[in-house]
Amino acid sequence: MAKTGFIDRHFQILAPLPAAIFVVVMIIFPVAYTLFLSFTNWNLTSGNPLQVVALRSYARVLAEPRFLAAFARTFLFTLLAVGAETVIGTALAVLLRRKFVGKGLVKLLLLLPLVAAPVAIGICWNLFYDPNIGLANHMLKLLGLGTLKWVYDAGTVIPSLAIVDIWQWTPMITLIVMAGLAGLSPEPFESAHVDGATEAQILWRVTLPMVLPTIFTAMVLRSIDGLKTFDIIYAMTGGGPGYASETLNIMAFKYSFEYFRMGQSSVVLVFLFLVVLLFSLGIIRLQRISER
Amino acid sequence: MKRGRTGRIVSSILILLISLLILFPFLWILSSSFKKQVDIIASPPRIFSFAPVVTNYIRVFAEQNFPKYFMNSAVVGAVSVAASLLLGLPAAYSIARFRQQRLSVFILVARLMPGISFLMPWYIIFSRLKLMDTYVALILSHMLIVLPVVVWVMSSYFRSIPIEIDESAMVDGATRQRTLASLILPLSGPGIVTATTLSFIFSWNNFMFSQVLSMEKTRTLPIAVYNFVSYAEVDWGAVMAAAVAIMTPAIILTMIFQKYVVQGLTLGAVKG
Repeated sequence: MAKTGFIDRHFQILAPLPAAIFVVVMIIFPVAYTLFLSFTNWNLTSGNPLQVVALRSYARVLAEPRFLAAFARTFLFTLLAVGAETVIGTALAVLLRRKFVGKGLVKLLLLLPLVAAPVAIGICWNLFYDPNIGLANHMLKLLGLGTLKWVYDAGTVIPSLAIVDIWQWTPMITLIVMAGLAGLSPEPFESAHVDGATEAQILWRVTLPMVLPTIFTAMVLRSIDGLKTFDIIYAMTGGGPGYASETLNIMAFKYSFEYFRMGQSSVVLVFLFLVVLLFSLGIIRLQRISER
Repeated sequence: MKRGRTGRIVSSILILLISLLILFPFLWILSSSFKKQVDIIASPPRIFSFAPVVTNYIRVFAEQNFPKYFMNSAVVGAVSVAASLLLGLPAAYSIARFRQQRLSVFILVARLMPGISFLMPWYIIFSRLKLMDTYVALILSHMLIVLPVVVWVMSSYFRSIPIEIDESAMVDGATRQRTLASLILPLSGPGIVTATTLSFIFSWNNFMFSQVLSMEKTRTLPIAVYNFVSYAEVDWGAVMAAAVAIMTPAIILTMIFQKYVVQGLTLGAVKG
């Protein structure tokens, strides 16, 4: 009985404690360790002991053209993918607002790309993009257009990967915006109707402004994941051809687990984290300004 | 009125078109999984004109170690979900009832962090502890995906349960832990279904952690599928069959628990 009383009295400390310990051991400590490693030149294959070199690893990574290219590419990929996802996703949510036969089925369809393993999806798109036997070039030929090398060419690889991301993640934006639309109060629409506004006017002046905060949130969530996209790129191109589709996350992965340059990989990770953080804060700030 | 009808037809066509765009890759993967290699590499592509065969599935399930990888994925997913519920339910309840915002901020940080920034230290530590290619290492890493989902979904669900229920139980002399176990949890079925389904699917699909921490013994399905293409000549039929095998359980779960999956995915993103 005394023991039960102890748990009851200290419940608000004891209940979250196991989860909190897990988080500290598995997240906080490793992240702190990564931060520490970024100030070293540790290379797992060299056999040399870890050496603290202050900012030398930062200098080496920043001087690397490969890093700067990956940095810019991470933004380009995210901008292309999330930009298109936001526009198409919102438009689709608006389209799906009214009742129609088969709406339940369409809502189920929306979920399928979201729960399908990205690795499997990516690999299958590789066959679709194959320059010789792929369906993509076959369709271009049917339309009388020239063929492309898609993910197999440095010039087209990023948009080609973005298309896969758009296919897979647009429904996420749609679902979130649909949920946002469903939660709107009906009064502004009714009064707009009474005032004789057209459907288009209601959409642009009433519906979209009201659901804008939700669209922003969906965009932030997608951008965070977009900046960190790994599975699709790694499975489809491994960052290639050459380094043409290498984003910060792919670069950090290769530095860690292919070259075992832990120090420099940590530097890349620190930058990736800063990018994600600043980007999210930036968008949230933008949202606050737009709400004024 | 007439304009309204035209608009309706246009939007119906658009919806149909987008539905087909979503569905097409799945149908194409499914049909290719029943094709012989000659039918897959044929140009122009044979969309309907091929004799279906099941050899790809036989090859994947009989010749490769696929059933084992399937089991590995299921075990890692189930155990990491169960362990995360054990840790996460009391934590979520505590966050909901005592407004412990700092703990939920931790979870947000876990979402912001690039996975490799934990993975690299784990790789070093697990190697030192001789835990590479063990279920322990894999389950611990998958819990990092699962636990935040559980805490996030459940703390919001607990908040939706009126606090008066807790209060009346405690007036009657029940302890906090008893209130949670025998009153609140039985009311939390929908929340637990959402958290379990969603986090199991995330674990099932996880590629990066398993790619680094598992080898032959504990290899999970996403890695097995990926390994199909690392050979010199890609056996596309087998790849497609493997893709069908990995996607089917997640899709079936989604069909059964559709409402809960949608709730979980959109939770917290909608602002009033």
